[in-house]
Amino acid sequence: MSALPPAVRVVNLVRRYGGRTVLNDLNLRIERGEFVVLLGESGCGKTTLLRALAGLDHVQGGRIEAPRRPAMVFQEHRLLPWDPLWRNVALGLQAADARARAEAALAEVGLGGRLDDWPRNLSGGQAQRVALARALVQKPELLLLDEPFAALDALTRIRMHALVKQLVARHRPAVLLVTHDVDEAIALADRILVMREGAIAAGYFVSDARDPLALRQSLLAELGVTTFA
Amino acid sequence: MVALLSWLAPVLLLLVWEAAAQLGRIPPHLLPAPSKVARTAFHLAVHGSLLHDLGISLLRAAAGFAIGGSIGFALGTAVGFSRIAEALIDRSVQMIRAIPFLALLPLVIVWLGVGEAEKIFLVALGVTFPIYINTTLGIRQVDPKLLELGRVQGLGTAAMIRRIVLPGALPSVLTGVRYALATAWLALVVAETIGADAGIGFLAMDAREFLRTDVIFLTILIYALIGVSADWVARRLERRLLAWHPNFASPGGR
Repeated sequence: MSALPPAVRVVNLVRRYGGRTVLNDLNLRIERGEFVVLLGESGCGKTTLLRALAGLDHVQGGRIEAPRRPAMVFQEHRLLPWDPLWRNVALGLQAADARARAEAALAEVGLGGRLDDWPRNLSGGQAQRVALARALVQKPELLLLDEPFAALDALTRIRMHALVKQLVARHRPAVLLVTHDVDEAIALADRILVMREGAIAAGYFVSDARDPLALRQSLLAELGVTTFA
Repeated sequence: MVALLSWLAPVLLLLVWEAAAQLGRIPPHLLPAPSKVARTAFHLAVHGSLLHDLGISLLRAAAGFAIGGSIGFALGTAVGFSRIAEALIDRSVQMIRAIPFLALLPLVIVWLGVGEAEKIFLVALGVTFPIYINTTLGIRQVDPKLLELGRVQGLGTAAMIRRIVLPGALPSVLTGVRYALATAWLALVVAETIGADAGIGFLAMDAREFLRTDVIFLTILIYALIGVSADWVARRLERRLLAWHPNFASPGGR
């Protein structure tokens, strides 16, 4: 892809909980600015991988090369209920113009007029948009998304996909998104990885797929879902 | 209209009481007329030492509250944060807490005599435990997911405490403050009644010597009023500091 070093390089990663091996010699490489979606069944280790990349979890073996401070959006918005929106977005931002930058980030997610509003006045989709603003205001080289749209209704989710695409196109971070949703993966990814038993089992470049429906079929088959098409 | 209705019984009672006293149906040395209590209040405020005594009592309460509150908050914070501090401190505190703190009064008098120190000590003792318990509880109840978020956002320990732990613990701490205000008054009443040469309690005991029931009624009324105002202040504080909290939000506001 390029001579630049990749955004993320993971080599032979191993993580065990008790006797169970959750990450089993996992290898992964994400190029700068690449949008990678990680698909897999519950318990396959995808969230563990994401947390290891975020530095929230320690591993027993292998090597991780990743930006020192990736930004992360969780399944829950995790907004501080006692801070108005702009203070939430500016959390951890050490800059004199923190408020102005938070304002710009909120405007980007369509909540520009609500700097001083409280999180409790937001809908689920709005709260998740603030969480996105909070992640992007840090200007991350790597953005980690842990099923961030799983708790939203179907229509809000589609709107969020469009917003994420637009934001990522503007800020160009490398993205690793974890999800169960095959359609979400196809809608957003440059490359889709299927994870099974603690390792990457398959990879697809979305641009290579001439037929999205066929890609969908293959992905579902990888995940052990048989459909009657 | 219904709110007005709730005042009917107390007002009626007061009127009957006043009428009975005016008609000489109740002995004034047992139950003075409300108007007599009001006149005594005015007289003592203008010519007597009422305001001075009130000031002394408030000062004792404030000093005891500040000392007990600081100790309770400091210990509670340490125990809330650190398992080691909990192991070192919590059992002792819980053992002392098992004693009704007023039962320590005779011992406190032996140690400190009957003076300001004894009264402030007793108030501080009563205040320490509710603040301690609620501070510890508040810190423990801070959502670990928010702490994890703080790490992701790159907060250091100091910022973590300031931005996440203390605000998260605040509702519980303020509940402790309201409990502590109640125990502080109780402690003050008891301490001032046992022995004092100034203060509202002194006024009451002095009046007892001379069978001045009007003054005794007045002191009881003052204690009640101060208790109510302290609680009102605490509620206002909650409303202000917890404006973000759904349970304390003023309707329609944001």
